[in-house]
Amino acid sequence: MSTIDDRTATAARAGFLAIELDGAGWDGTGFGSPDGFASLAEAVLAAESAGFHVATFADSPRAGRVNALQRAAYAGPVTRTIALVPEVDTVYTEPFHVSTQLASLDYVSGGRAGWIATAAEFPETAAAVGRENVSGTALAQEAAASIEVSRRLWDSWEDDAVIRDVATGRYIDADKLHYVDYKTPEGFGAPYSVKGPSIIPRPLQGQLPILAPASIVGTGQVPADAVDAVLVTAPTPELLTAEIRDVRHRLGAAVAIVGELDVVLDARGQAAVERATGPVSGRARYVGSAADLVDFLEPLLAEADGVRLHPASLAVELDELARWVLPELRRRGALRAPVQDGTFRDLLGLPRPASRYAHPSTTAGN
Amino acid sequence: MPQHSSAFTPSGTLQLGVFFQGVNSGTIWKAAESGSQTDFESFRRIAQTAERGLFAAFFLGEGLRLREHLGRPHALDVVGRPDAQTMLAALASVTTHIGLAATQNTTYNDPADLAHRLSSLDLISGGRAAWNMVTTDNAWTGENFRRGGYLDHADRYVHAEAFVRTAKAIWDSWAPDAIASDGTAGTAGTAGNWPADGAVRRVHHEGQHYTVDYTPRLPRSPQHHPVLFQAGDSPAGRDFAARQADVIFSAHPQFDAAVAFRADIIERTLRAGRPADAVKIMPASEFILAPTSAEAAEKKAWVRELQIGPQQAIAYLEQFWGRQLDGWDPDGPLPDIDPAVEETSETRGSGFHGAKAGELTAQWRQEAAEKGQSILEFVRAKAARSDASFVGSYSEVADTLADYARVGAVDGFNISPWLIPTGLDDIVNHLVPELQERGVYPTQYRGTTLRENLGLAVPDRAAAGEPAIR
Repeated sequence: MSTIDDRTATAARAGFLAIELDGAGWDGTGFGSPDGFASLAEAVLAAESAGFHVATFADSPRAGRVNALQRAAYAGPVTRTIALVPEVDTVYTEPFHVSTQLASLDYVSGGRAGWIATAAEFPETAAAVGRENVSGTALAQEAAASIEVSRRLWDSWEDDAVIRDVATGRYIDADKLHYVDYKTPEGFGAPYSVKGPSIIPRPLQGQLPILAPASIVGTGQVPADAVDAVLVTAPTPELLTAEIRDVRHRLGAAVAIVGELDVVLDARGQAAVERATGPVSGRARYVGSAADLVDFLEPLLAEADGVRLHPASLAVELDELARWVLPELRRRGALRAPVQDGTFRDLLGLPRPASRYAHPSTTAGN
Repeated sequence: MPQHSSAFTPSGTLQLGVFFQGVNSGTIWKAAESGSQTDFESFRRIAQTAERGLFAAFFLGEGLRLREHLGRPHALDVVGRPDAQTMLAALASVTTHIGLAATQNTTYNDPADLAHRLSSLDLISGGRAAWNMVTTDNAWTGENFRRGGYLDHADRYVHAEAFVRTAKAIWDSWAPDAIASDGTAGTAGTAGNWPADGAVRRVHHEGQHYTVDYTPRLPRSPQHHPVLFQAGDSPAGRDFAARQADVIFSAHPQFDAAVAFRADIIERTLRAGRPADAVKIMPASEFILAPTSAEAAEKKAWVRELQIGPQQAIAYLEQFWGRQLDGWDPDGPLPDIDPAVEETSETRGSGFHGAKAGELTAQWRQEAAEKGQSILEFVRAKAARSDASFVGSYSEVADTLADYARVGAVDGFNISPWLIPTGLDDIVNHLVPELQERGVYPTQYRGTTLRENLGLAVPDRAAAGEPAIR
């Protein structure tokens, strides 16, 4: 039987692996073909049975890409252990809707939901919703506001708000529901407020783990304590470890670090270098054999809390990763064991937080 | 027999839908067999039971602000529900034929964003998505959104219609041959060129309330675009439905009212230049069934008792009196004091909202006195929407429904189960077979899309054209 200490100790040595399930991979097209969604279920199940801990779903405005949160939700009922983490924009979306949608994802996945909070400059999205284009430092400001609203709304129902008390006829205890009364700070581009409470009871995890690109987290941007993990990007595999150390130093130990890596493997009789023809992503790109990837990932998983792999072609790389890379990493003790029916917070070693609005009943003497 | 316009031929069959209500006083939570309102298993159980019963659609409501009672969250009824489209996307992976309908507001969504998400649901479900279009205008709801309360009540259908036309233009923007049959048309490998050059029509809309300039990102689904449901009942709402909707989620389940409503909708639909049967009608309804009519009557009394208890009855009156009435005896007569407000509260989404409180409560006091009703009896009769109820033995109710089918009074019913998650079991196990025996209910799904299963025509892409206001 494992104890909390065992788990903490394991978490300290072994990392987790995430996989980006964007369509057929970054060199392919989206899930637009008639059987596209059967293959989405297949892909997420294949990732889960391969031992990936997290599946992520990209959502930048590009043709053929179905809403990421809905893809994650679709995967919820057919999976058991893999965390499901969509990208959701914070700039041009309604925080109240986003918060409800993410809490709902937590319910349909049994507490395995997370959120990659994105804030990028997309003039076409601004035009689509008739807003001024947001750029520069205002992007992180929008992200910080959206994250803060969601977190407050998730806390707005205390855990035991639904009481179903037949004697008093009360379904909920209204004292355990709270207005969040959020107002954007002074100097905010397009100010707004959100009253609350949430329309949905507190998510199963209490608070969903929130990830954001490291580039928008830190002083004057999204506060480090507003996120649970950051995604770290470097231009080359060689520079990734150094960047991870820098970010860790900058943000402190409380934030988990996830390294970002494009992966092109020798596969099906073709050399990786011949297959590495996709668009430039700006992420470090590993090109080579599965065996060498294991050697590359083992020390990286000791530096970072996790690594997110972006396969060149989902069908091809996922096969190779499942057969050669994950089993060997597990054998070497570099990978954390997936926890059956665990939450995403469990994977990240995060306790389930109390609602910020909850007043412990044992405050006697005050 | 009532006569419809000669342009209309009854289909002779009925469809059923299920409305999983999230916030209401109709869903019983006090019974031992009552399950969770938020666990996914409740939703899966209802959706899969409905699909076993060949239901056309599974509906979810939308919450934008919690109901309040005397300035605090209303505590007595079922409350708290997941986001409709997120839940439906999850249900898409564990169902195969049932339609997945999301209630979504036109006031607190952006057209391009909502159209994209509904397209996503439609693609993810293989052409089973529907949008139940609703409007809101009040600033109280707006307090949860960036826009706040910005819409005049009179403007809401003008706004909604521009919204829907924009959504349709977005859904119809990809040419039928935008993607080759192998799903990899255009220049595979570069996502921006995935659809063939020039195969996507850009959508512009400039209106009073929003501006949209958008290149839609998703191809059409197997049913071309989501089915549109509409529930507004005012003349403006009916005309809006006649022009834009596929199905009306009506408030007229009683036979004569249903027949009259059908005639009115046929007229409006023809006037809008659409065929008489272009708009289907499915009233909201409640079924209380048992093997015999005596047992059904007993069950009804049990259901009403659990729906409206003493606290609910007092709270119901408090919303119209605008003051606390907790000293009043639920078994006694209605309060003889005056309301503390001029108009009844809007915060419970009541159908009486805006009524003159003094007149309404005086009228109710008189009505209850004449009928010899206590507070509890009066509220149970008033609040239970008994006019939407079908109560009886399976065969009695099947006979009644067959009459609706025969004259084409409605195209089906949208059932709100009073028990979650087992509330459809008796309907699917007993009523559906009786309806099938009478030849008025499908014995298999006609197709895999909601549009096919409802017998709706494929939307005409050319007719959709550009949004109305440029």
